[in-house]
Amino acid sequence: MDAMSMYQEQILDHYQNPRNHGTLDEPVTIRREEYNPLCGDRLVLEMRVVDDKVEAVRFRGHGCAISQAAMSMLSEEIVGKSVDELKQLQKQDVLDLLGIPLSPARLKCALLSLKAVKAGVYGVPQYDIDEDDE
Amino acid sequence: MATPVMSYDPTDLLDVERIRADFPVLQRQVNGVPLIYLDNAATSQKPAVVIQAIENYYKSYNANVHRGVHALSEEATAAYEGARKKVAKFINARSSREVIFTRNATEAINLVAYSWGSANVKAGDEIIITDMEHHSNIVPWQLLAERTGAKLHFIPVTDEGYLDLAAYDALLNERTRLVAFTGMSNVLGTITPAEDIIARAHAAGAVALVDASQLVPHKGANVQALQADFMAFTGHKMCGPTGIGVLWGRRELLEAMPPFLGGGDMIREVHRDLSRWNDLPWKFEAGTPSIAEGIGLGIAVDYLNSVDLEKVHVHEQALTRHALERLRDIRGLTLYGPPAEDRGGVVSFYVEGIHPHDLATLLDQRGIAIRAGHHCAQPLIERLGVPATARASFYMYTTHAEIDALAEGLEAAKKVFGL
Repeated sequence: MDAMSMYQEQILDHYQNPRNHGTLDEPVTIRREEYNPLCGDRLVLEMRVVDDKVEAVRFRGHGCAISQAAMSMLSEEIVGKSVDELKQLQKQDVLDLLGIPLSPARLKCALLSLKAVKAGVYGVPQYDIDEDDE
Repeated sequence: MATPVMSYDPTDLLDVERIRADFPVLQRQVNGVPLIYLDNAATSQKPAVVIQAIENYYKSYNANVHRGVHALSEEATAAYEGARKKVAKFINARSSREVIFTRNATEAINLVAYSWGSANVKAGDEIIITDMEHHSNIVPWQLLAERTGAKLHFIPVTDEGYLDLAAYDALLNERTRLVAFTGMSNVLGTITPAEDIIARAHAAGAVALVDASQLVPHKGANVQALQADFMAFTGHKMCGPTGIGVLWGRRELLEAMPPFLGGGDMIREVHRDLSRWNDLPWKFEAGTPSIAEGIGLGIAVDYLNSVDLEKVHVHEQALTRHALERLRDIRGLTLYGPPAEDRGGVVSFYVEGIHPHDLATLLDQRGIAIRAGHHCAQPLIERLGVPATARASFYMYTTHAEIDALAEGLEAAKKVFGL
């Protein structure tokens, strides 16, 4: 895989100018922190759900370009979606948003954002995504 | 970028090109360019002689050790026990009975924490470790403290990347049972004053364990000169295979310790109601050991002796000086750790605006292998105040030109990120 294509303009733009970045004003319906101990990537995701629709999203955190850009892209995607629609989000949806090939080692970085969303809406302590799942 | 191509420092005594020819993997390409392997603190590459020794064991005399009376078993036992003698001599142990083969350094430290720890540490006792330890020299002591009710203390690290010895003195007291510390940090490269740390531990009546995983492969360690009580290190960082590590311990201490794992080979006799333990070192080697790996480690020791570790250390210090100079010139790059004269060939850094994992991915594209993350030393990374660092670590086969390539790769990564 060509690393240069991993760091194309769109990814770097979301990394350096993340959308929906910061702290959400109250009321916050769902707050979720995800951490990847292997990389030290960290995400705090906050969502306000009104009438079963995501009205606002904010996130903060630190980590590699892939983890932060994926969260930024996903944050734009989930605004306006219903809780059911969030539950149906798949690994492939995040990969489609990124639109780049990822090595197995970097897949974890990309999927941290999805873990935050899923664990948040399901309200479970941990949400496992099978990375080998096609 | 035009940089002078220098494969060796003129003051250097090592014939690096000849050494490189001994390591088959250094001939390969990664992403279409020659491999530049700068992840030696994680594991070293293996010379052909070690690879051949392992193959030769399986091809010519594969047998279990210590029990067979047939030719193959006797050959295997002689080779495996011969490796133990080589290791003992390499670290200047009084006897090869003080050399226990384990799976790795982690298992060696766990052996001490369980066996020596449960026999000698009780509630209210204190254990001192440091803020620059690898997790393998933190977690076993946390577990021991939890089991026994002992207290765990940490020697702090100064801003310059040294251990704070004044703070160490303040921590030592009559309740201190053990001081466990690294001989060389796997993140900062800091070579700690092991002799001094051990002497102060002894003065307080405590026992001292050195985690020499980084020290032994690059500088060697003389257990008698250090006056150490225990020393742990691993084969795969010193040109040997994975799956073989070493616990060296002072004989009196080892003799008095209860077994760690029970099973075959560690017993003299087994009855329904009781068993008697085997002599040292086998008392601590339950089950069929890593025979091929032990033999491979013996050959790795021969190889290190033939190269001469003193020269390796001089070479690595020259590389480190060069790396610190080159990396210091990169704008936005922060270096961690002491000056080259006080460290081994390990350089950790952080480039503002680029996460270390992104750096590692971009460098990999140029065939350069570095490590990014917390390097299994989270307390130290927290102390540095960054989420992760990038780390380049060198060995005898690393060249000045490879370090120049690293510096160029870092500049190129900054360009990709528009920095």
